[in-house]
Amino acid sequence: MTALNPGGWRPEMTAAGGADDTTTFTGNRALMLEEALIFEIGSTATTGVDFDEAAPAADLGALARTAPIGLPGLSEAETVRHYTRLSRQNYAIDLGLFPLGSCTMKHNPRLNEKVARMPGFADAHPLQPQETVQGAYAVIHELAEWLITLTGMDSVAMSPKAGAHGELCGILCIKAALEARGEDRRVILVPESAHGTNPATAAFAGFTVEDIPATEAGRVNLEALKARLGPDVAGVMITNPNTCGLFERDMKAISDAVHAAGGYVYCDGANFNAIVGRVRPGDLGVDAMHINLHKTFSTPHGGGGPGSGPVVLSEALAPFAPLPFVTKHAEGFRLIEEESAGEDHPQTFGRMTAFHGQMGMFTRALTYILSHGADGLKQVAEDAVLNANYVLRSLEDVLDAPFAASGPCMHEALFSDKGLAEGFSTLDIAKGLIDEGYHPMTVYFPLVVHGAMLVEPTETESKAALDQFIGALRSVAMRAKNGDPALKTAPHFAPRARLDETAAARKPILAWNEPAAAPGTPSLSEIGGS
Amino acid sequence: MRYLPLTTDDRSAMLATIGATSIDDLFADVPVNARLDGPIADLPLHASELAVERHMAALARRNRAAGDGPFFLGAGAYRHHVPASVDHLIQRGEFLTAYTPYQPEIAQGTLQMLFEFQSQVARLLGTDVANASMYDGSTACWEAIVMARRITKRGKALLSTGLHPHYRSVARTMAKYTGDVLVDGDPSLEAGTDWAALADSIDKDTSCVVVQYPDILGRIDDMTALASACQAAGALLIAVVTEPVALGLIKAPGEMGADIVVGEGQSIGVGLQFGGPYVGLFACKTKYVRQMPGRLCGETVDANGKRGFVLTLSTREQHIRREKATSNICTNSGLCALAFSIHMTLLGEAGLRQLAAINHGRAKMAATELAKIPGVSVLNNSYFNEFTLLLPTEARPVIHKLAERDILGGVSLGRLYPANANLANGLVVAVTETVTEADISAFAAALREVLA
Repeated sequence: MTALNPGGWRPEMTAAGGADDTTTFTGNRALMLEEALIFEIGSTATTGVDFDEAAPAADLGALARTAPIGLPGLSEAETVRHYTRLSRQNYAIDLGLFPLGSCTMKHNPRLNEKVARMPGFADAHPLQPQETVQGAYAVIHELAEWLITLTGMDSVAMSPKAGAHGELCGILCIKAALEARGEDRRVILVPESAHGTNPATAAFAGFTVEDIPATEAGRVNLEALKARLGPDVAGVMITNPNTCGLFERDMKAISDAVHAAGGYVYCDGANFNAIVGRVRPGDLGVDAMHINLHKTFSTPHGGGGPGSGPVVLSEALAPFAPLPFVTKHAEGFRLIEEESAGEDHPQTFGRMTAFHGQMGMFTRALTYILSHGADGLKQVAEDAVLNANYVLRSLEDVLDAPFAASGPCMHEALFSDKGLAEGFSTLDIAKGLIDEGYHPMTVYFPLVVHGAMLVEPTETESKAALDQFIGALRSVAMRAKNGDPALKTAPHFAPRARLDETAAARKPILAWNEPAAAPGTPSLSEIGGS
Repeated sequence: MRYLPLTTDDRSAMLATIGATSIDDLFADVPVNARLDGPIADLPLHASELAVERHMAALARRNRAAGDGPFFLGAGAYRHHVPASVDHLIQRGEFLTAYTPYQPEIAQGTLQMLFEFQSQVARLLGTDVANASMYDGSTACWEAIVMARRITKRGKALLSTGLHPHYRSVARTMAKYTGDVLVDGDPSLEAGTDWAALADSIDKDTSCVVVQYPDILGRIDDMTALASACQAAGALLIAVVTEPVALGLIKAPGEMGADIVVGEGQSIGVGLQFGGPYVGLFACKTKYVRQMPGRLCGETVDANGKRGFVLTLSTREQHIRREKATSNICTNSGLCALAFSIHMTLLGEAGLRQLAAINHGRAKMAATELAKIPGVSVLNNSYFNEFTLLLPTEARPVIHKLAERDILGGVSLGRLYPANANLANGLVVAVTETVTEADISAFAAALREVLA
């Protein structure tokens, strides 16, 4: 038997089709289509790929794989349908406003996709002889120059694979720099409002993490920070603009104080979209900052990645940057790898990844940057900040905005759950927004605000789109304030109602397994005939 | 600017709603001396789609694409044919422009795909469970070493000399700062692996043994005895697979007793991409699942009892556990995992086995042809689709001379191990289904000419 699910049973199928006005035989509801797993519909004998030749005999002896693997195959027709059906159960930027705070879900231009697929980029091997990939090195170098100029920094490490990997790069640069100075500083200071990756990164690299206190106005408490600095502090990790959506006014003073105490300043650049083209982190005394190309420079999030996290570095940290990197010479571009590093880059902390980084993201980001130019990027920051402030001021009468009195926000507007009816929470507002056709905002982050709701509209939303979103959020907020019981069970119109996450964690089912031949499990034809 | 919908009138109206007189009011918190007045000087201004495409296309043309002629590179990145439907499907906006599925009610597409991906990867690698992906094989390998340290509470890892030198380099970089002890070295030009010697080196401080399968020289070996040796000493066996297509033909590491299996998934669905983005595979035995790094997707039910999927066991992860997390990873390789999963679904078990057999057959054909050249021999006594040629001269200059003849003829060990003169004559040659018989003949003729 090659079918893994020989009975043809599908989980949403029911014998009670038409029993009431919401039930169907298939579990489908018109365009809302249920889809079984590939393991339930495929067979190990089916393939959607034709080959020009039969499989030649292999002579691998005892190493030959003889036992069944259990990998289902589908024809191309079935494959296209399976994944198209799955795709329709996802929300996406292409469908509507995606206001996830600190995630910068902006429009993904399709020219970027086209360029990334040019064979010269997509079909090149990372270890090809250098003379055959000069165009690829040129892309890396050109993007690097833009990132250096836009941030006012000394150099950039291009190889980190995502934001958190970039954080690790910056923190290792700091560690290497301290080692070169012969100092053993063990503490990294991180504000409570930081992304979870910041403390996780510092700990992963062997540092002890301590909190930096915040002021009531939502910013780093400069005096408290100064008081904590000392010979054991390696540096600070600060997000600017911070996760409360505020610009750290004292950033330069913070940097000066940290430098005076012998430490380094790491800036989490997740929120660079608010200031790109208007403020250079290098002018604020930053030593290292990662740039999420998948945020500010619009490479698609892809349902969770891939990202890309180049790290710009100050003159103090540049000598420790990881391998490999591209340099420009009269005769062309050169890739500096382990062998040439000895002469050119003796203090490098080493390699962070195989090959040279996320080339597919570099081509997209460079395309995006060239499309905008210096003027367009400045406009990006301005429109992103304008849109966020518009949302903040349009909703502060119905939702508590804890830092609204602190002045304008940057690219994201922060609200709390204060004033909701007894028993109603931020989660209910989020789920209510789903029924209104929106992806919820970031919820319960940052941790410093109770029931936080962090809204980042980005610059690629029109005023009309913002007005409709504001109306929807206002309506849902009023329902939460008035205690509408229907909101407690939202969403009602999504492909699934609220999912039982506790059960998922208590008894994890992380892979599909052949169903035990349960007596009474009806087969497809039996259901149809009943 | 074609990507920005706000009009000048919109901006004025919105500023009025906000109560600001100009956009500069909104940047009032930026210190005056850090504000830039206009667009950053000496940078180009915005450009049309046509102009940008022209510029990028000119850069792309300065690369010799792998498909432009005979191509034999591998060493951790393999060129396979990817069916057209894979790229079409991953460009569906609902996959491409979605975020991490933290709101499961409206992310079942991504979540079900991840559940299917995890199930496929676990079966392919011969393990119980797999996660929702890592950045790539090299970072997955280091994460596995760290995971073994957490499980065994020991800090010494033994790396096979057959481990990809970049993977080893990544581990060395990290170990320098974490205090982990690594025992490693360069490979020697022998037909067999160093696994028996590794088994003898395991001691009470050993957290794990890391082997690559097939290894950097293309050799394959049975890891059953090594797995037993690890188990007897309380150490874990970590297997690294950089060419997962091989597992259509040869036994899976999990089947032979590996505790953690990591890999580079690039060769299925993703393409060469000049080195990234790729997709790290990470799989292990069920008993270690709570020590895994990265996201995991699990099955559950919704409030109406319908089956659905959610990200789960997130108390291991940075956004919940912060400095106590198992890893700092957040963004992974979701879209590449989707490409892997679609290609694997198209192949199915039957297709994967046939693809693997064709690869092996093509490699045998190439090895036979190339070994006929005077002074050239094949090192391996076992291989899948990649083997090491021993040349009568240093391989690096040969590679460049072959490139002048439009043949991309493999990866020289001189490039991978520049400091080791003993390896200089080695050339790693990969032969996949994309290589034709004519390509093999052209390669053999050019190599004969270059060596003459």
